Amino acid sequence: MDRIPILRMGKFLLVTIQIDLYDRLATNLEADLVQMVYKTEAKGVLIDISALSIVDSFMGRILGNIGSMSKIMDAETVVVGMQPAVAITLIELGLELKGVHTALDVEKGMELLKDKILLTDEENDIDENSVE
Amino acid sequence: MNKDSMRIGKEQDVVPFRNRVKEHAVKITMSLVNQTKLITAASELVRNMLKYAGGGVVLIEIVSEGRDSGIRLTFEDKGPGIKDIDQAMKDGFSTGKSLGVGLPGTKRLVNEFEIKSILGQGTRVSILKWKNG
Repeated sequence: MDRIPILRMGKFLLVTIQIDLYDRLATNLEADLVQMVYKTEAKGVLIDISALSIVDSFMGRILGNIGSMSKIMDAETVVVGMQPAVAITLIELGLELKGVHTALDVEKGMELLKDKILLTDEENDIDENSVE
Repeated sequence: MNKDSMRIGKEQDVVPFRNRVKEHAVKITMSLVNQTKLITAASELVRNMLKYAGGGVVLIEIVSEGRDSGIRLTFEDKGPGIKDIDQAMKDGFSTGKSLGVGLPGTKRLVNEFEIKSILGQGTRVSILKWKNG
């Protein structure tokens, strides 16, 4: 079955969606990502949607779900690279993408994730060396 | 080729269908924002058709009025029909497991939106997006 690859980079998981998704592919991604967050103890999930020409209510819901699910698994989610036309359409459609952070590109998204994780690390006083 | 129809029977048909709509939108040089709105609206409606009626047929037409041109999409299914259209058109209403932005959200994305439904016989939704509307 078709799957969207999830890459691991240190404490982060990276997903680049390169093709327009049909629903099953999107729900698979949601399930796979949550599994991966659990397995790798990832602290952040970055999803690049710059190649997506549309985000409809279903895809919007999936992105929101990934954000909320990761959150209860103690990971932050950032969605990056949304095309302006997609942003305009999403808001007019009535979707606000609650629960996920957004950034303009991968670089800014990574910075955002690092900041978020640094903050929670300080709060919880977690030893940096405990990460493999 | 100003008329085109496509049968939608399974989830995997949705992406090729969206691409077909895009081809037509590009052909009439519709702006990118309007293309995105039209394709998103089409995606919402085609999903409804699959979810509630198990599929149907979509007619894609290029229409023109004076100097303006646009794309009309007509979604026709032989599903159970919608009991209360007024209620279905309200924000936040949904019987399925979508977000509930479905029909009213879709209506906001296009210039014209028409829905007709007969219980037990099916539903027909027609939308129109002008090139520069």
